[in-house]
Amino acid sequence: MFYYLLKRAASLFLVLVGLAILIFVIARIVPGDPARIALGPLASAEQVAQMREQMGLDLPFHTQLWNYLVGLTHGDFGKSLLTSRPVSADIMQALPATLELVLFTIVIQIVLSIPLGVLAAIYRDTWVDNVSRIISLIGVVTPGFVLAIILQLMASYVFTFFPVTGRLDGGLDFSADVTGLLLIDSILAGRPDVFGDAFMHLILPATALAAAGIGQVMRITRSSMIELSGRDFVEASRAYGVPERVVTFKYMLRLACVAPLTILGLEFASLIGNAFIVEFVFSWPGIASYGVRTILQKDLNAVIGVVLVSGLFFVIANLVIDILLGILDPRHRLREGASK
Amino acid sequence: MSVDSTTTTQGTAHRNMTSGQMAWYRFTRNPAAMIGAFIVLSVIVAAIFAPFLAPSPQSAGSFVDFRNRHTAPNAEFWFGTDNVGRDIFSRVLFGYRVSLGMVIGVLGFAVPFGVVLGLAAGYFGGWIEFAIMRFTDVMLAIPPLAMALAITAVLSPNLINAMIAITMLWWTWHTRLIYRIVRAQMSEDYVEAAKVAGASHTHIMFRELLPNCVSAISVKISLDAGFVILFGAALSFLGLGVQPPTPDLGTMVSTGSEYLPEYWWEALMPGLAILYAILGFNLLGDGLRDMMDVEV
Repeated sequence: MFYYLLKRAASLFLVLVGLAILIFVIARIVPGDPARIALGPLASAEQVAQMREQMGLDLPFHTQLWNYLVGLTHGDFGKSLLTSRPVSADIMQALPATLELVLFTIVIQIVLSIPLGVLAAIYRDTWVDNVSRIISLIGVVTPGFVLAIILQLMASYVFTFFPVTGRLDGGLDFSADVTGLLLIDSILAGRPDVFGDAFMHLILPATALAAAGIGQVMRITRSSMIELSGRDFVEASRAYGVPERVVTFKYMLRLACVAPLTILGLEFASLIGNAFIVEFVFSWPGIASYGVRTILQKDLNAVIGVVLVSGLFFVIANLVIDILLGILDPRHRLREGASK
Repeated sequence: MSVDSTTTTQGTAHRNMTSGQMAWYRFTRNPAAMIGAFIVLSVIVAAIFAPFLAPSPQSAGSFVDFRNRHTAPNAEFWFGTDNVGRDIFSRVLFGYRVSLGMVIGVLGFAVPFGVVLGLAAGYFGGWIEFAIMRFTDVMLAIPPLAMALAITAVLSPNLINAMIAITMLWWTWHTRLIYRIVRAQMSEDYVEAAKVAGASHTHIMFRELLPNCVSAISVKISLDAGFVILFGAALSFLGLGVQPPTPDLGTMVSTGSEYLPEYWWEALMPGLAILYAILGFNLLGDGLRDMMDVEV
């Protein structure tokens, strides 16, 4: 197991390095002088030249790349043109909000989609299955921003108790400085009012974000439950007189979680992508909002930082999923460990 | 879908059909697929004949009619009017032109590129396979929207750059798909036979292997079309894609959302129009997948 994880971690690390190089190259080959963009059109030629030197733009390309990569190893993404602060500081400030939203979304996805998928498989070809099919189709085909707007509309006409913007009501005085996650910090500080408010703020953005994944994971869970129910080991357990309840929830469910987890790992990238839009619609103060703001300002260091951090998340999420898969299905770690 | 039951009945009742007829029969007996085909057809017709179908073709441009601004949907303006009094229904029809143009532009480049790389990686193996597939892995590790945002931002936001950004990310899925199919095919006798007969690499790749990928590719394209529309609309929604006054669905939702919740139709109607098109391509893609019986 240890060897297997080490191997996975090494290949994911290579992916990250590749990503860093790729993004740096893309950012440098585009037309436009970053120093000129930083200073604005009114700056004199000398000022631009000075800025170029300060930013290290006069160095040969491979030296720039090397310096950048070395900087990355101790978390230095350079300075943001928009806020004139280190990009890493900006990202650290915005990160907890995104993390809380994304984690909450994943919890919703797992809690809703796997049981619904199991239900759809048990009651196959009945109205339960059909309803779940329609829900999943709607989830998959509805763009995140359309759903976000529909939810906002519903919140302003029907469910008026849901707040439509931000993370926390302005009237509440609370700073989350232990983990940065409001739900956890409010419990630690013994503030149920803050917890409740933060929870209400999370519901709508998380629903908008969760929909696409719920649809997919539900369908995958259903089909893998159906596939498993015909397997020999399941038939054998039934023949031994093991209660159907035990067969379904103990033997089959464990293996049926493998495919949905893999999908969740892949979905994670689009989850981060959709977070850009959902955060934008709900004025959520996360890294995606920061990303959109800096992108519109052509703040390259910040943009690279945001894309790299999202890539890092994707890689970590996949590593976690690999570990979970190894626990759920021992064949997975044996197969991966054995090949080459 | 309900194909499971129809396939078994038609297997016995229609033994004398060719495989093509059987596939078509299966497709027409699949209500979801037929609805999908109908939706896709209606979107294509709307896009092509937009100037003739639109009740108010001048609404597509920077036309202004302040007497009718913010009019709720009624018999004259089916989807209502926007903040400068343009007919939203007409703009939606023209918006489909932009969406479909984007689909053709993106998939027109991404699919051939991805397919050729996938064929090469699967066929040659060795270091070519390693280089192509590792590069694909890196590209797949990038959250697509974040990357597209970064590209459109550095290249300045407009329709063409949005398409370039989406294309740069889209080929990876086709490379993966084709690579997987080709790997599975490589051990087949016909590939061996072609090699023994002295066929060239290009002949084996494009004449022997490619035809076996066609059904998977066409299913993938249909499913992709919906997601390209979604993706392009999302970019425009964030202000990084199509710029006004071009009638783009994503831009319309974005502008309309400034007038929520009072003038709800201005964001909701274009939003539902996007949903309609994506739904159509998805149902059609699922139907084709069941019909041709391929894994995508």
